[in-house]
Amino acid sequence: MAIAATQAEPATEALLYKGNEALGEAAVRAGCRFFFGYPITPQSELPAYMARRLPEVGGVYLQAESEVAAINMVLGASAAGVRVMTSSSGPGFSLKQEGISYLVGCELPAVLVNIMRGGPGLGNILPSQADYFQATKGGGHGDYRLIVLAPAGVQELADLTGLAFDLADVYRNPVIVLGDGLLGQMMEPVRFPALRPAPDPPDWALTGARGRPRRLITSIHLAAEALEAHNQRLQAKFARMAERETRWEAVETEGARLVVVAYGTASRIARAAVELAREEGLPVGLLRPITLWPFPAKPLAELAGGDAARFLAVELSAGQMVEDVRLAVAGRAPVEFYGRMGGAVPTPREILEVIRRQLGGDGR
Amino acid sequence: MAEIHIQLDQDRCKGCELCVEACPRDVLAMASHINALGYQPVEVVAAERCTGCRACYVVCPDVVFTLTRAA
Amino acid sequence: MSVTTKEKVLARRPDSLAPAVTHYCPGCGHGVLHRLVAEVIDELGIAERTVGVASVGCSVFAYDYFDLDFVQVPHGRAPAAATGLKRARPDLVVFTYQGDGDMAAIGTAEIIHAAVRGERFTAVMYNNSIYGMTGGQMSPTTLPGMVTDTTPAGRDPAEIGYPFLVAETLAAQPGAVYVARTRLGDMASIVKTRRALLRAFKAQLDGEGFSMVEVLGSCPVNWGMSPSEANAFVAREMVRHFPLGVFRDGPATPPAVAEADGGGGRGTGGNVSAARGTGAQRPAQEGTGRGDA
Repeated sequence: MAIAATQAEPATEALLYKGNEALGEAAVRAGCRFFFGYPITPQSELPAYMARRLPEVGGVYLQAESEVAAINMVLGASAAGVRVMTSSSGPGFSLKQEGISYLVGCELPAVLVNIMRGGPGLGNILPSQADYFQATKGGGHGDYRLIVLAPAGVQELADLTGLAFDLADVYRNPVIVLGDGLLGQMMEPVRFPALRPAPDPPDWALTGARGRPRRLITSIHLAAEALEAHNQRLQAKFARMAERETRWEAVETEGARLVVVAYGTASRIARAAVELAREEGLPVGLLRPITLWPFPAKPLAELAGGDAARFLAVELSAGQMVEDVRLAVAGRAPVEFYGRMGGAVPTPREILEVIRRQLGGDGR
Repeated sequence: MAEIHIQLDQDRCKGCELCVEACPRDVLAMASHINALGYQPVEVVAAERCTGCRACYVVCPDVVFTLTRAA
Repeated sequence: MSVTTKEKVLARRPDSLAPAVTHYCPGCGHGVLHRLVAEVIDELGIAERTVGVASVGCSVFAYDYFDLDFVQVPHGRAPAAATGLKRARPDLVVFTYQGDGDMAAIGTAEIIHAAVRGERFTAVMYNNSIYGMTGGQMSPTTLPGMVTDTTPAGRDPAEIGYPFLVAETLAAQPGAVYVARTRLGDMASIVKTRRALLRAFKAQLDGEGFSMVEVLGSCPVNWGMSPSEANAFVAREMVRHFPLGVFRDGPATPPAVAEADGGGGRGTGGNVSAARGTGAQRPAQEGTGRGDA
C-alpha cells in the first residue's frame, strides 16, 4: 500500500482544538488514511483538516461530487480493507443512507460523522439533535443497526472517534459519530493518543485473488432462505453489539427522584441545570447516553425500578430520544419531555424551571 | 489442412444460433434434442469442413466452444 | 477437458472467466463482453491484482461470472466505489462493468466526475438502449421511436429527449485518456471491441488516467427480436445514433494546453485537438455517422 513512512507521533499534551478538527486528528491517529466528503456547514472544518493532514501521513483526502458519491467511495475503500471516514450534516447525511444500508449489508466497516444541523429540508446551520431517529432507527432501507456514538465535548469527540474505528472493525459494521453544530464548532483542550499506523488489510478485503480463491463482497442474496439467513447473522451481530457496547454516564443518579436524560450538547446544558437544582437541594440526577444505539435502557430501567419517580428527556428536537426513554422505563414512571428546535438552545435556567415544575408537590 | 477439434459444451448452449450464422463453412446446425437448460443446442454436422477460424467461439455468448488443432 | 498436450489451443474459456452458466437470455451480448474482458485481463496477466465492481441491472451478477475479486455496489455508484478502491490501493487494477441505465441515468454524476478527476480505473459499459433486468423500460440511450414498456408509442424526442451520448461526454473531459465506442455482433466488431478493451486496461496500467469503452450490444428478448435480428439492429440502427470510434486516445490534457500546442508534441494528440477544435467530438468513425454530425 502506498503509505508513506511516518515518524511516530506521540500522545500529545492538552491542545486547544475545535471539535471538528479534533475529530479529524483523532481519526488520523486511529489509523484512518482515507477521507471522502462533500462540503456542508457546520462540519466543513473536518474535511478541510483532513485535506491538510492526510497527505502528511501518506493518506488521501478526496472531495466527492456529492454525498452519494462520497459514501460509495467509502464503500470501495473499505472493500479494499483500509480505515476510511466520511462526514456530513443533515441534508447530506440523508443522501448517504442508501450507501450506509449497503455498507451494513456488505459488512463493511467505516466511520460516518453527522454534525447535525436544523431541519427538515435545508433548515439552517445551527445545532440540532433532530437526526436521532435517522441515526438510531436505521435511516436507510432494510433491517439494520449501527453503533451510534454521541460525544458531549471535544475530548470525547476525539476519544469516541478512535473507539468508532475499532468498533467498526470488530463488528464489520459502520459506526456513526453523532455530533451537532455546537460541538463541531466549540474549542476545548484535548489530548490525543499516539499515532497508530494504518492496519494491514483484513482477511476478507479485496486485494486481488493472488494465491487464494477470489473474494466477493455483496449484499445480494436472492433466495428467501439465503437472505433470511444473512439477516439472522446480522441480527445476531447487532445483539452482540447491544450486549457489549452500551455506554452511558450517570451523574448523581443515586437516590435521585428525577432523572434527566440528555446526550451531546443537550447533556452539557442539562448537566448545568442539574448542578443548579442540586444546589437548591432538589434530588435530581443526569443519565447521559454515550451510545444512542445501543441505547442504555438497562440503567434507565433500574433507576425506574428504584428511587426515580420521574424522568425528563431534554433534546434539541421535538422529542425523539424520549421514545427510547419511555420504552426503557416501560410505564413504571412518568417520562416528560422538554426540547427546543430549529437551532434554539435552552439555557440551564430554562431547564431548571422545568425540573422545579416536575418536582413540585410530591417531588421532594 | 490440419484437423480441427471442436469441443462442444452443449449443456451451456442457449440455442441462440449466432454461431450457426457466423460459421462460414456450415459446420454447425441446431440439434433436435433439448439440453439441460431446456434449449435446443448447437451440434457439429460437418467437422471436416472446419478451418479453425474461431468465428463460432468469438460470437458465442456462452463459451460453448473450445477449439484445438492437432499438432 | 479432452485437450491433449499435442494439440494447439485455438480458442478456449479464458481463465479469468468463471465456469458458471450465466443467467443472460439467449443471444445477449453480455456473455461475449464478459469473455472479452476476461481475455484481456488474462492477456495482460493482471488477474491476481484485479478487482471488479459490479453494478445493478442485468450485469448485477457479473461477480459470479468472473474468477476475480469483486464488490457489488449500489445502482449507478460503481465509479465512486471504484474511485475508493483505486485510491485506497493504487496497485490494484480496478474496473467497473455497467449498463446504460446504471451508467447513463442514475450514475451520470459518478461516471462524469470519475472522468473529470482522471480516476485510474477502467469503465466498461454495455449499451443496449433498455432496462433489461426490470423488464424492458426506456433507458437514457433508448433510440428515437423505439418501443419499450414505458414508451408504448415509441420514444418521442420532442417529449423525452434524445439518446445520451456517453462516450462523447466522457471523452470531452480532460481527465479521460482513452474513450471508445465499439459494438458487438459480427466477428470483426467483436475483435475491435477486444482491442479497445485492451487499450483501455493498458491506459490504466500506465497510470495515464480514466479509460472507458462503451460497447453497443443487443437485448433480443426486450427488443422482441431474434438474436440475429437484434445484432443486425445494432449494426444498422444503433450506430446511426451512437457513432463508433475512438473519441479520445492520448494523455490527460487540459483543453487550454491542447489549443496552445496545436496537437504537436504529443504522440497521439491529433484526436484530442481535432475533437476539441470543432467543439464536438468527430472521431474517425467506423460505423455510419449521425446525419447531422
